[in-house]
Amino acid sequence: MLIFSVFKTLTDQQVTVELKNDLSITGTLKSVDQFLNIRLDNIKVSDEARHPHMIAVKNCFIRGSVVRYVQLPADHVDTQLLEDATRRGDNSTKAIVLTLTIKNRNAETLKFHYG
Amino acid sequence: MSSLQGYVDRRVLLVLQDGRAIVGKMAGYDQKSNVVLSESKERVYSMEEGVEEIPLGLYLVKGDMIILIGEIDEEIEQSVDLSTIRAEPMPPIRY
Repeated sequence: MLIFSVFKTLTDQQVTVELKNDLSITGTLKSVDQFLNIRLDNIKVSDEARHPHMIAVKNCFIRGSVVRYVQLPADHVDTQLLEDATRRGDNSTKAIVLTLTIKNRNAETLKFHYG
Repeated sequence: MSSLQGYVDRRVLLVLQDGRAIVGKMAGYDQKSNVVLSESKERVYSMEEGVEEIPLGLYLVKGDMIILIGEIDEEIEQSVDLSTIRAEPMPPIRY
């Protein structure tokens, strides 16, 4: 639930979603649900030459279970708050939330590893 | 809730777990994101020839097979000549 809340605070931000088929899609985060399904607007596939399949697709719905990483804008994530919340165990629902890796607070982007 | 409501009656692209791509008009969906497509076609990509479209008709796709649903922008779609596109098929999902 913690990460669900984090994602909700990040709506309308630019994120990059890497899927488990190695496709990376950058777009504006429009919404997210409890399964961490993601809706993106104005999407762009990295390496479009190799993956022209989605050339005519402008917005999409991505199933949460096939997401490997989400790259977030670091300046929109309060990592201190996150760390505290994680230690307190605010992810109280038993949902397998995550292995949260906050390695470098000054990094351009943060990567959340889905549990 | 990140719902599929906005896609009903629109032309969509489904990408499946095994890498297949299916386009069609979304006729309906349910809470498990099972999707019914009408006038659907599979798009087969290869490096040897342009994209081949195989008509499938009315299709029900199980939600757990779907990895991505994209709304097709008709304007861009019209401007793309599928027969000129050479690409590897999308890779399958690997857990």
